[in-house]
Amino acid sequence: MKQTTALPPPLPLPTDPEVSLKLAREYGLSADEYGRIGGILGREPTHTELGIFSVMWSEHCSYKTSKPHLRGFPTKGKRVLLGPGENAGVLDIGGGWATAFKIESHNHPSAIEPYQGAATGVGGILRDVFTMGARPIAGMNSLRFGDPKDPHVRKLIQGVVAGIGGYGNCVGVPTVGGEAVFDPVYRDNCLVNAFALGVMPHKRLITGKASGLGNPVMYIGATTGRDGIHGATFASVDLGEDAGEKRSAVQVGDPFMEKLLLEATLELIESGHLVGIQDMGAAGMTSSSVEMAFRGGAGIDIYVDKVPRRESGMVPYEVMLSESQERMLLVAKKGRERKVEAILNKWGLHASVVGRVTAGDRHRVFQDGRLVSDLPVAALADDHHPDFPLVRRPMRKPAYLDRAASLDLKSIRVPRDLNAALLKLLASPSLADKQWIFGQYDHQVRTNTLLKPGSDAAVIRVKENGKGLAMAVDGNGRYCWLGPREGGRLAVAEACRNVAVSGAEPIGLSDCLNFGNPEDPGIMWQFSEAVQGMAEAARALGVPVISGNVSLYNQGPKGAIDPTPIVAAVGLLEPVRGALRPVPQWFRQSGDRVYLAGKTREELGAGEYLAVVHGMKRGKPPRIDLKAEARLQKFCVKAARRELPRSAHDLSDGGLAVAAAECCISGERHGVPALGAVLNFRAPSGIRADALLFGESASRVLFSVAPSKAKAFEALAKASGVPLGYLGLTGGPALILSLHSGGPGKPGAGLNLGLDKIKTAHLNAFKGLDEI
Amino acid sequence: MRFAVLEFPGSNCDHDCMHALGTVMRQKAELVWHERDRLPAGTDCVVVPGGFSYGDYLRCGAVARFSPVMKAVFEHARRGGLVWGICNGFQILAESHLVPGVLLRNKHLRFLCQDVYVRVERRDSAFTSAAREGQVLRLPIAHGEGNYFCEPDTLKRLQDHRQIVLRYCDAGGEASEESNPNGALENIAGVLNAQGNVLGMMPHPERVSEAILGGTDGRVLFESALQALTTR
Repeated sequence: MKQTTALPPPLPLPTDPEVSLKLAREYGLSADEYGRIGGILGREPTHTELGIFSVMWSEHCSYKTSKPHLRGFPTKGKRVLLGPGENAGVLDIGGGWATAFKIESHNHPSAIEPYQGAATGVGGILRDVFTMGARPIAGMNSLRFGDPKDPHVRKLIQGVVAGIGGYGNCVGVPTVGGEAVFDPVYRDNCLVNAFALGVMPHKRLITGKASGLGNPVMYIGATTGRDGIHGATFASVDLGEDAGEKRSAVQVGDPFMEKLLLEATLELIESGHLVGIQDMGAAGMTSSSVEMAFRGGAGIDIYVDKVPRRESGMVPYEVMLSESQERMLLVAKKGRERKVEAILNKWGLHASVVGRVTAGDRHRVFQDGRLVSDLPVAALADDHHPDFPLVRRPMRKPAYLDRAASLDLKSIRVPRDLNAALLKLLASPSLADKQWIFGQYDHQVRTNTLLKPGSDAAVIRVKENGKGLAMAVDGNGRYCWLGPREGGRLAVAEACRNVAVSGAEPIGLSDCLNFGNPEDPGIMWQFSEAVQGMAEAARALGVPVISGNVSLYNQGPKGAIDPTPIVAAVGLLEPVRGALRPVPQWFRQSGDRVYLAGKTREELGAGEYLAVVHGMKRGKPPRIDLKAEARLQKFCVKAARRELPRSAHDLSDGGLAVAAAECCISGERHGVPALGAVLNFRAPSGIRADALLFGESASRVLFSVAPSKAKAFEALAKASGVPLGYLGLTGGPALILSLHSGGPGKPGAGLNLGLDKIKTAHLNAFKGLDEI
Repeated sequence: MRFAVLEFPGSNCDHDCMHALGTVMRQKAELVWHERDRLPAGTDCVVVPGGFSYGDYLRCGAVARFSPVMKAVFEHARRGGLVWGICNGFQILAESHLVPGVLLRNKHLRFLCQDVYVRVERRDSAFTSAAREGQVLRLPIAHGEGNYFCEPDTLKRLQDHRQIVLRYCDAGGEASEESNPNGALENIAGVLNAQGNVLGMMPHPERVSEAILGGTDGRVLFESALQALTTR
């Protein structure tokens, strides 16, 4: 291709502030990075150019700190059509259909403007999915807040939940699941991670690339304002005392515009008029135009004066950096401009030609014909480019860890009243029923939801190919704070296990890595360890990571959050005898046999029980044997395909006792009456009673099985190499769980609780959250 | 039977209604874009689906009532044709004065997505003839503005003409304050117009028309409409 003619370098506009190291620092660039820019250009950058560099090289857009660490993730597999690096990853799900999904953070915006922060988080992730050509059909979210008794936190919870609902409900994408955990470390920096999943026929798959000399670059969607300028930079620093002043860096969402954009975009992609399309997300026009040019191996010219605006007097710097929501940049085939416009008009939208694909490798910005920015694409977007500012940050095991991870169980008394301990756990905000939250999300629109929120995984059907998709999000900050490597492994294992217990085979992962300030060597060490643990688990389970997001600088004036990698797992559910039959977590039939699969050890460290009942955040997280985990998950899927279990529930926070209580009562919202059980747990001798009940040993699942299928179920467990213990039968008005192990605690101790008591404790914890 | 499912910008449940009517109930169903000024020839029943028409920005349903297609719907209703508004569709019909009353924000001001029970108050309507006397249906709701309200004299007319057709209740059929999810006057979940050919209801029957979705109670209403249309 012929190179684009070089023009004389751009000169400053009369309105431009003077470019200096001081200004560069204000925009988040380091002295070294500022020096690199001078080296790349051989001159001072213009103000517009400085802005473009500052957002493209921000942690949020560049992944300059995290990228070297992420290379350990397995990203390939027989189903992977597109791995990380695009707006969303894409997997084959059979019958000519594919699924695209991704999870992404919107933490800082949500911390200072909860409703809009969370709403636009949902909007952004939906656009990431439908720009791939996929129709979004399910959303989930993972939330972390401080103590809900704190009025400041209550306000955040109300705002975030209303924002997620307000946006997702209006667009018509069901929010089918998620999780919410509460710990004071998230008080000033809550976490809002939003996940979206879509489906598409293979042939509709499109990527965000600009190619084809002379093809028009078109702008569609909402107009551009000054909202969100430097949002990406804002996401790349700590939340300071003055966070409230950054409110102008938070965007404002318009879900109705999003819905129109969604329908119009899918129709456009279907029409074949497009070469590529990309959401204008973080760093708006800048990142979308740079990344599209980079992926297409082309140059790009942008005419900022052609960009539709909602405010007057905007300078090129502002137009290029605006993060106004619900906007897309697309490259159409030359000559199809009118046809593109016609499709948009049906939806009441317009398209403007705002640029052209050029030969060569320059990203240029023009205002009224005058060149205001002229930069090499690769230096902005290619992390292999010699001038790209990848950072190898120092790492050091943090000082707190050895002491915090040590735990002398002898100093902790086994509670006399184990029933009371269980009720306390069930009523604690992290474990309590979350209907107050889920009830604000439409989880059934599109009539695909087979397992609604309230089971380990949400399961939806794909009408188009007759299969099901199961999905779950998981993460445990406390585990990762006390043992990031193990915590990383456990997060991946649990997310996949949640999917597997429903009967679906885990086929792909997306991750959102929420950590503190990476300039602190201790936090960098947490990051590196957790990511390695996650990669090990993903490899051991044979599940590729196909998309994800890194969110650093999650800390307020009082310090960093717990390291919180969140994992979203997606599984494929095959029909059995012509129908989809996902396995729920709740007991369904009186007289069914109850089994516990997996090994129980004396593992109370880093657990919910220590935190809630003893007020301790100590000890090492449970160990996980990844091979045993893989066997267990295969067993779950196989058993479900043979229709052996009637229910299956993963054991996690709060251990066997909490899981059993949930099995008894969680069916009620799904039309299955609460059902007790009489269980006897003959555990390895010497283990404390509280560890048997509340310990969180990994790789365990509680099943209920119809008596007629018990033999086949036991045989399959044996053949699969999965340890299986028979506990007793479902039925009756109470949960009775007797322990037989000879460990500390009253002999024959255990639980005996009426279901009404369990329900009262579990279901009412969030009542009154409306009142501030 | 021939159903026309309206499609406004912002409609969300249009395809769900198409699926329930077409794929599940095996009826002829067609999407009708809001800019069309007439209904497909031979339309028996118009379904105004749920969603957020025009973003519900001004007031739920307030803009949709002015869409070109609504004139055709008014004419269809005037001639006695069936019109069925679900959720946002109910709000549109209320704004259009095709059914009496208004829908206010839920009493706790929160959006609510949950299963509720509703009691069928009369069997001799075009939308409930397949129900048993006093049958209790388990149906999902998903709305922020479903709190039905009307003036006392309107309420009296509704009662006199037996226009209240669905009431929120508990599993046993008791309509109490506890079983009222959104604060609706008299636990009203669905009302008819005076002639009985237009129904507005907040719950979503199309979401429970297949066992795989956790219930089939919504079919009772679809089957009723089919019966009514067949016997006409």
